[in-house]
Amino acid sequence: MAKKIGEVILEVKNISLSFGGVKALTDISFNVREHEIRSIIGPNGAGKSSMLNCINGVYQPQQGEITFRGQHFKHMNSRQVAEMGVARTFQNLALFKGMSVLDNIMTGRNLHMKSNLFLQALRWGPAEREEIAQREKVERIIDFLEIQAYRKTPVGRLPYGLQKRVDLGRALAMEPTVLLLDEPMAGMNVEEKQDMCRFILDVNDEFGTTIVLIEHDMGVVMDISDRVVVLDYGKKIGDGAPDEVRQNEDVIRAYLGTSH
Amino acid sequence: MGFFLETLMGGLMSGMLYSLIALGFVLIYKASGVFNFAQGAMVLFAALAMARFAEWIPQWTGVQSLLMANLLAFVAAMAVMIVVAWLIEKLALSRLVNQEGITLLMATLGITYFLDGLGQTLFGNDIYKIDVGMPKDPIIVGESLFQGGLLVSKEDLYAALIAAALVALLALFFQKTATGRALRAVADDHQAAQSIGIPLSTIWVIVWSVAGFVALVAGIIWGSKLGVQFSLSLVALKALPVVILGGLTSVPGAIIGGLIIGVGEKLSEIYVGPMLGGGIEIWFAYVLALLFLLVRPQGLFGEKIIDRV
Repeated sequence: MAKKIGEVILEVKNISLSFGGVKALTDISFNVREHEIRSIIGPNGAGKSSMLNCINGVYQPQQGEITFRGQHFKHMNSRQVAEMGVARTFQNLALFKGMSVLDNIMTGRNLHMKSNLFLQALRWGPAEREEIAQREKVERIIDFLEIQAYRKTPVGRLPYGLQKRVDLGRALAMEPTVLLLDEPMAGMNVEEKQDMCRFILDVNDEFGTTIVLIEHDMGVVMDISDRVVVLDYGKKIGDGAPDEVRQNEDVIRAYLGTSH
Repeated sequence: MGFFLETLMGGLMSGMLYSLIALGFVLIYKASGVFNFAQGAMVLFAALAMARFAEWIPQWTGVQSLLMANLLAFVAAMAVMIVVAWLIEKLALSRLVNQEGITLLMATLGITYFLDGLGQTLFGNDIYKIDVGMPKDPIIVGESLFQGGLLVSKEDLYAALIAAALVALLALFFQKTATGRALRAVADDHQAAQSIGIPLSTIWVIVWSVAGFVALVAGIIWGSKLGVQFSLSLVALKALPVVILGGLTSVPGAIIGGLIIGVGEKLSEIYVGPMLGGGIEIWFAYVLALLFLLVRPQGLFGEKIIDRV
């Protein structure tokens, strides 16, 4: 692999997050470089999703700061984060179930629509032309994810693995700089996992999208990531290349348990 | 036969009017997942605004023609409904993002009382009338087919046509435009919609404005029939069985549901009523809705909810 990993694009500094008395995250710091695949792993309840939700603006951490291309993320909601070029997929699918695959992915183009929502409502002049231009981009994504056959199918009727693909497609339609993937392979069979891995690598390769990935499946993570952060009980216990992390005593203990 | 058809026509047209109100419910539910209890209050509010502006505008501007005064009043009332939509979003909904449906329902219940009060404070609480020049005289059609022909109320006929046009327009808006798509997206999942950058607040203002527009049209038609007064907000109760019958998520459902209720009411009153001592028009719709709930809880056209266990 000869891809160029660039400068630090996303910096997480001393993040602490608690819900009432429960500390979800304690003093977490790490960074993400441009074009890399950065994974966050850890056992159940380690705080992986909380971390992602902080980056995505769903949660506001009590302490610490997140910087994206030099801009602070404090007090930003998901929509503002989306406007800055950060897209995400969801662990428990959050697709628009009643809508077709095409429509779902089209919604991802929303931020790229220049004409005013009121003009769009009338489908007037420029809004009409724009719709067609956006549709072209979406068709490319549909081709890329190999879901041409399901274009008009309501998403709710698709099998789980395909729904996950649509979720990825919707995020891709935003043409994000950073893509946050929350357990994209959870609940998939081996074949589906391999497909998903291929898509993630292709996205990273072809579009140069920086990817932050949360995953349970250690095998998958170690294969495709450039660097890995390991969380356990809301604390960072490891950080580095997959091979380093695999040797890390704390990580082994967290995953296999200790003998007292 | 002629009498039966006349009853049928009467039923279809009053059904269309029920549909008009039901549409308001369906619109907001489809687009934001909220059952909007305030729809009836919005109808009253819009009708009050319309009636009063039509009265005030000639005084303020000296406009003479009825048509001009009504047009200006319509524009003014619509502007008021957009402001109401914007306020509802700013003061209530924006603080309730990602909350349960029941929380939002309770919020609309609060909005109902508030709008009822505000409308009467701003526009007065007398009985007003709306006169948009709808012809009141009936016409007689099909004299060659039946003896005496069929008596059709022109007013009802126009109202039905307006309602039908409105429905076609809304269906196009929802299915064929980018804004409509964004609306459906928000209805399905707030969180996901936000994460792809759909501006929730703008969308909600649009939805409530559209619902305000439907309420205004319904208010004008009902108001010119019944007069504008507090009881106008109660016609929304008539729309509830329509929504149950047609399904909360379906625009065509609101129409078909309205027609079934309208026709059912009239026919049952005439043909079944005498056996039960009459007056069944008042409760017929609710009983029909109840029976429907037992058989098809999602309504005729509603989306069936299947939970994966």
